[in-house]
Amino acid sequence: MGQETRMRTGARAVMEVLEAEGVELVFGYPGGAVLPLYHELAQTSIRHVLVRHEQNAVHAASGYARTSGRTGVCFATSGPGATNLVTGIATAYMDSVPVVIFTGQVPTSMVGSDAFQETDITGITLPITKHNYLVKDVDELPRIVKEAFYIAGTGRPGPVLIDIPKDVALAPCQTPIPEKVELRGYKPTYQGHPGQLRALARLLKEARRPLLFAGGGVIASGAEGYLRELAEKIQAPVATSLTGLGAFPEDHPLSLGMVGLHGKPCANHAVMECDLLVGLGVRFDDRVTGAVEKFAPQAKIAHVDIDPAEIGKNVRVDLPLVGDIGCVLKELLPLVEPARHPVWLERIKTLRNNYPLTYGPGGEVRPQWVIERLGEMTRGRAIIATDVGQHQMWAALFYGYTEPRTFISSCGLGTMGYGLPAAIGAALACPDKQVWLITGDGSFQMAMAEIGTAVEQGLPLKILLFNNESLAMVRQLQHFYYDKRYTAVKFTGNPDFVRLVECYGAKGLRITKQEEVVPVLAQAMQEECLVLIDCRISEEEMVYPMVLNGAALNEMLLPE
Amino acid sequence: MKRTLSVLVENRPGVLTRVAGLFSRRGYNIDSLAVGRTENPSISRMTIVVDGDEQIIEQVCKQLNKLIDVIKLSDITDDPHVGRELMLIKVNAEPAVRGEIMQIVDIFRARIVDIARNSLIIEATGDADKIDALENALRPFGIREVVRTGKIAMLRGAKTKGMEASGDGTGD
Repeated sequence: MGQETRMRTGARAVMEVLEAEGVELVFGYPGGAVLPLYHELAQTSIRHVLVRHEQNAVHAASGYARTSGRTGVCFATSGPGATNLVTGIATAYMDSVPVVIFTGQVPTSMVGSDAFQETDITGITLPITKHNYLVKDVDELPRIVKEAFYIAGTGRPGPVLIDIPKDVALAPCQTPIPEKVELRGYKPTYQGHPGQLRALARLLKEARRPLLFAGGGVIASGAEGYLRELAEKIQAPVATSLTGLGAFPEDHPLSLGMVGLHGKPCANHAVMECDLLVGLGVRFDDRVTGAVEKFAPQAKIAHVDIDPAEIGKNVRVDLPLVGDIGCVLKELLPLVEPARHPVWLERIKTLRNNYPLTYGPGGEVRPQWVIERLGEMTRGRAIIATDVGQHQMWAALFYGYTEPRTFISSCGLGTMGYGLPAAIGAALACPDKQVWLITGDGSFQMAMAEIGTAVEQGLPLKILLFNNESLAMVRQLQHFYYDKRYTAVKFTGNPDFVRLVECYGAKGLRITKQEEVVPVLAQAMQEECLVLIDCRISEEEMVYPMVLNGAALNEMLLPE
Repeated sequence: MKRTLSVLVENRPGVLTRVAGLFSRRGYNIDSLAVGRTENPSISRMTIVVDGDEQIIEQVCKQLNKLIDVIKLSDITDDPHVGRELMLIKVNAEPAVRGEIMQIVDIFRARIVDIARNSLIIEATGDADKIDALENALRPFGIREVVRTGKIAMLRGAKTKGMEASGDGTGD
């Protein structure tokens, strides 16, 4: 309203764009150089969540974005505030999460002088952002902020950073918010090429052992409905990547679950035996393929992705198709003839029976069993955030995801300390959903200060902490690759996590015996406050299956 | 295999860093990179010569295309084009050998642009082969300094690789 000539500061202009973009929530941590933005933020209805460390502001924005499908936003100050963001930005970049990050910068006149709290954050984040800006002219600010949201949320999503010098934020800004974004160098391809679509339909018709492989791209484009329609129409089994968990319901008869170095045995065997593998919004990460030259040896590979640079990057591709998964599947469906593959599905059934997902003998409380119970008790509907380590793989394998946007994890970068702040973002994005954080004592201690944020925000998070007083995934690597010489993986100074959360005013519970599992999980669900369950497990637990370096996916180590 | 890429980019600060940084962090080798403004002051053209197998070149092109500031990218190696670079070369030139040097300069249709007591600066343009040949021909006299621009290139005939020739802007 009447922004034509009204004099406002650059910072005020930023808020106008945020409001126009429908931003309701910002995560951040203030400091001198970003105070102009905070000053104006207080005049808006946008809610600010004060985290305990800047890295967690990005993680929280990323958890918010993954669960809501909307772009997350965070603020930090210049210098150390900005550099603390780096791991969070890289995490969002690797998993293609839309986040817009605002950093304060020293005044333009001091830029480049190594001033107090100055860093070249656009230089530092160049390789880990989809795009970034250092704003030098206040009149460019409205355009840049609008562009940033557009770039972050379209095409292959990703983080975009805007660095705003203090004087620019305070300068009068006369330019209105532009009507639309015009970027001549950025035009993502959404619709699939008609010829390639027909070629893919033909491959699907000819295939006798087709396998659909769904990744995060399916979830990012909201294509899970089309995926299910296609799978049922052609009776093809569906495997997912780690980021793709929830893209296809795991209680569906055609679901195989996760593929990869710790993938489900049946899914890994299916990859090795299929004659057509259709990758949908996946990157063919090295943790998926195992030895790449042995990957899917009998299959033609079709790869659909919105990012042309992903196609052919890691695996040979027989049929490339650039486009948004949702658009492509929608256009593909009418071209595809219904099919039946009784022999192939019979084979899948045999694989499933011959290679069940098991976890062999172990300690008193089996984490895999605990996660299975949690999956049953929440009927696979709760949002599960995880950290990184053994618990992450158990959470991926044993929970049973039935809905998209319910598995929140640092998949590509493998960032420990991601889970708690991401769970905070998820809980704020989805107040009507139950949010569980599954974590380990190693990861949790990287971000446990955020318990303060969660309690302050009144979030009824449920934290299932598998406590073996060690870094057991690293220990597992040392077991297999370093002659069982367990170096630097034992924690002897862990706090009592139950008392720790209680001193924040939250509730702590403990599991030390198997018969306590179900009652304690049930009690946690009943509580209306934040609950942490300190679940004691053996440090000798292993994640199985495990594909060792250089092996093919079907050469998995399985528990005895 | 050397490929010549002609890349239109936004004429903005930091664009060169984005392009050069992309090459270094993904481990690609730039043979040469020349940048200058085009007929449109808001657009610069980079001519990049890059060495690598087909798969590397494909990745380079796709990654370059992902940069928001890259407007249009074309691999013009196989299209008929005029490719030139400029060299300034300072050679030792005692009066006794100046005549000989001037003959060489004439043969290569280069120019002498500076004369000092014991040295000359020669300016030459041409494709990389010619420039290399001239440098080799002058080497016996003693080369003090060489500055080369790297290759710039333009398609022959009426064809352009400008904005109007761009199809969908994705370049693939």
